[in-house]
Order: sequence, then C-alpha cells, then structure tokens
Amino acid sequence: MAYTKRFDGRKFDEVREMEAKVGIIKRANGSAMFRTGKTIAIAAVYGPRELFPAFLQDPKKGKLKCLYDLLSFSVTERKRPGPSRRSTEISMVTRDCLEPVLDLTKFAYTGLDVYIYITQADAGTRAAGINAASLALADAGIPMKDLISSIAVGKVSDKIVVDLDKEEEDHKDGATDLPIAMSVRTGKLTLLQMDGNMNQTEIKKALEMGKKACEQIKEVQVKALQAKYGGAGK
Amino acid sequence: MKKYIKAILDKKDRLDGRTFDEFRKPITISNEVSNKAEGSARVKIGDTEVIAGIKVDVGTPYPDSQNRGNLITNVELLPVASSKFLPGPPGPQAVELSRIVDRGIRESGMLDFEKLCIREGELVYNIIVDIYPINDAGNLIDASAFAAVAALKNAVLPKLVDDKVQFGEFTKTKVPLKIIPITCTVYKIGEHLVVDLNKDEEEAIDARLSIAVSESGNVHAMQKGGIVGFSIDEVDKAIGMAKKCVEKLRKQLK
Repeated sequence: MAYTKRFDGRKFDEVREMEAKVGIIKRANGSAMFRTGKTIAIAAVYGPRELFPAFLQDPKKGKLKCLYDLLSFSVTERKRPGPSRRSTEISMVTRDCLEPVLDLTKFAYTGLDVYIYITQADAGTRAAGINAASLALADAGIPMKDLISSIAVGKVSDKIVVDLDKEEEDHKDGATDLPIAMSVRTGKLTLLQMDGNMNQTEIKKALEMGKKACEQIKEVQVKALQAKYGGAGK
Repeated sequence: MKKYIKAILDKKDRLDGRTFDEFRKPITISNEVSNKAEGSARVKIGDTEVIAGIKVDVGTPYPDSQNRGNLITNVELLPVASSKFLPGPPGPQAVELSRIVDRGIRESGMLDFEKLCIREGELVYNIIVDIYPINDAGNLIDASAFAAVAALKNAVLPKLVDDKVQFGEFTKTKVPLKIIPITCTVYKIGEHLVVDLNKDEEEAIDARLSIAVSESGNVHAMQKGGIVGFSIDEVDKAIGMAKKCVEKLRKQLK
C-alpha cells in the first residue's frame, strides 16, 4: 500500500521542527544542544588539551576524537550503558564527517574531544548529534571552514522522504534510512550511510532533497550561534 | 608514494595497469575451510585473502522479533594479516568492517529470517558469521563481504535433537536465502573514483564508499569512510561503477 500521508502530517520533503542552542554546558570549552522533533542531542567539546597516550600526538595538527552514545533512558527499552558496536561505528563516522571542515594545524600535539549524547531518541540521532557537535566546535572557537549540517533522508514504503521519525522507520512496508552530512558551502557529503532498498535514481533524488534540508539546518545552526555571539560573522 | 599514485591515476592508469573499474585477477572462491563449520568460504581477490565460517546454534528470539532468527556478524583483524593489526579486542576498524558486512546481508533481506524460526517466541536459529582476513593486500571490505556471502551460500543447518544442536552433525537443509547481495567499495583518490585498491594504492585513499547491490540492481546498504567528501554526482557515479563491478563479481559466485 502506498504511503500517501505522513504520520505526523508533514510534507514529504519537510524536516521536523528544529531547535538549536549554543553554550548549554558552561564547564566545557564549547557546547550545544540540537533538537529535531522529539530527538534531542547534546554535545560538548573539551580541548584542545594535552593528549594521552603521548604516541597519539601529531606534530602537524591536533587530534580530533568523537564519542557518540545513547543515554540508557533515551530509548524505549533501556540501553545498557557503555559503548556498543553501533555507537563505536557512529563515533567514527561522526569524527570523519566533522574533520574536513576543521583547521587543527594550530593545535599540534593536542587532542580535541567531542562528546555527543542522545537524551531522547526518535530516529535521526546521529544527524542531531552531528549538528550539535558542529555547533559545539564553533562555540569552542575552533577555526572552521564551514559548519557541518546533517539529516537522515530515505524511503518509507514507496515515498522518498526527508527526516524520518521512529514511526516511519518502523513502517510495516519497510523503510530505507540514508543519513547524510554536508558542508553546505562546498556541497560535499562528508557522511553517507544507507540501510534498506533503493535504486540509483531514488538515491540521487533523496540526496538532492537532503541537500535542501541541510541548507535549512545550517540556517538554524547559524541563528543559534548568532543568538549567543550577536551578529558577528554570517 | 601518495603523490606518485595520484600522478599515475591522473594519466588514467594504475600501478598494475588495470582500469579504474576493474577488480584484480584472479578472483577465487573455495569452500573447504573448516569441516567443523556449517558453511565456509575462502575468497581471494588478487593477493587479498579472507576466510569466513558460519556456525549455527539455537536460542531464544529477541523480544522485538519473536518469529525471526538472528544474524551475528563478526570480523577479527588477526595480526597474521597485516603489520598494522595487533592482537586484542576489536578496534573501530574491525567494528566498522563487521557492521558494513552485517548490514549488506541484513538489509538486503539475504537471509529468510522467518524460516529460521523454529517455534515462535521460543526457539530460533542464530546464524553466526565469523570473518578472518588472512592477507591484507587491499580492499578487505569487499573481500570480507564476498567471503561472508559465499560461506552463507554454502551453509547448512545442524541436526537438532530435543532442541539441542548436535555439534558436528549436519542436515542437508541449506540456510534459507532469498537474495544475494554483493558489496563493492568505490575509493576516492584526489578527484578519481577507483575500485579494488591494492595495498600500495590504499596508502593514497582520501575517502571510500561501500555499496551493497542485489540481483535487481537496487542498493541495500552504503557506508562512507574517510575524511574527504563526495558530491552528489560522485555518489551517483560511484553507484553506477559498483553496479557494473557487482555484476561481474556475481558471475564468479557459482
């Protein structure tokens, strides 16, 4: 059966309501919250700071480290605390998607830690985490060529959609999840994963829709930075 | 080395003279790795060699999939395969690799999970895929995924008595499969998109995109790695290349 109307009434290319806030954790060098619908991510940046073990130190640039995890009560069935294979992988792809826009050459020998936690999960958690982390890095004053904006696109039943929620991910006809992250300025995808079933044409269409969504997310991110730092920058 | 490899690619050539969308030869698949395993395969792509074995046991289903069997995929990067692998618990590279292989199998619907249910809510088969690279000469991802698929194709269910697996006694019933997904990773070096890198070419990787393709030509799983981005057009081109390569690889899989 065709998917004619989204469960929450959104248009197929419409993102959920978004909210971003910078500087939510005073102790951290940089921090941010990003909410999309009912998915909430917080991120904190510590560093650049001394990096141990010392053999990891790079004389050319600082080392970026990311940690993503779900809080135990963020999902319906309690998640056992501590890293899982899923979170190890997401931590790694998150790191790889953020690093291209960072200039860490001034922070030789140091480490830069980005901690991302999901406090409430309703699909699209890695995207929300990346959006929060990108803001936290900007808040920490790390030189950046662009923000990274991230969204999950995909296919629910027979429709290409943007920003799937959990109900859509669990659609009885099956759903394809295609999370992306993008530097909007260059149009380059820095994260790309997919689970499900789509053909080449559908993937291209979904990516184009995702690009538009990333542009909207970047606006929300920039507004959040402006709210803390005034009109500086654009 | 990196500059040298890129310079060769700029001339539309490769270290070993292959075209950009050409896999190394020969590609061989054999099935007698372990007679204790319910299924096994050894895959060689050029000098890269990976073995995979299937073990099957029974257990209780997960609460959210009462009528479905389970798939567990694990890759261990043995220190035999490369000077870069060290003994110890799996690091991020091994975890990512096993999850890329797992998702290709799971998301394509390769296994008929409902047929792997013995009694709903009580007893199901667990299919455990263990993958060990033996020689890392480049493109471990595709070799690992290929070995897993070849081993599953070869796998049978064990004999059950009173709901207990009779280890070492196999039935003639094949592990139920519906679709055969094959993974092809497209690597990005500079502006070039290239498949099946050898060990030297891997030194120059900027990014990679692993794509699992089924018989229908549909894509079932993708995973990007590396810290350089892909444009939407590059992704589209990579999927085209992967589909073409997978079609050729599929012919090797008898």
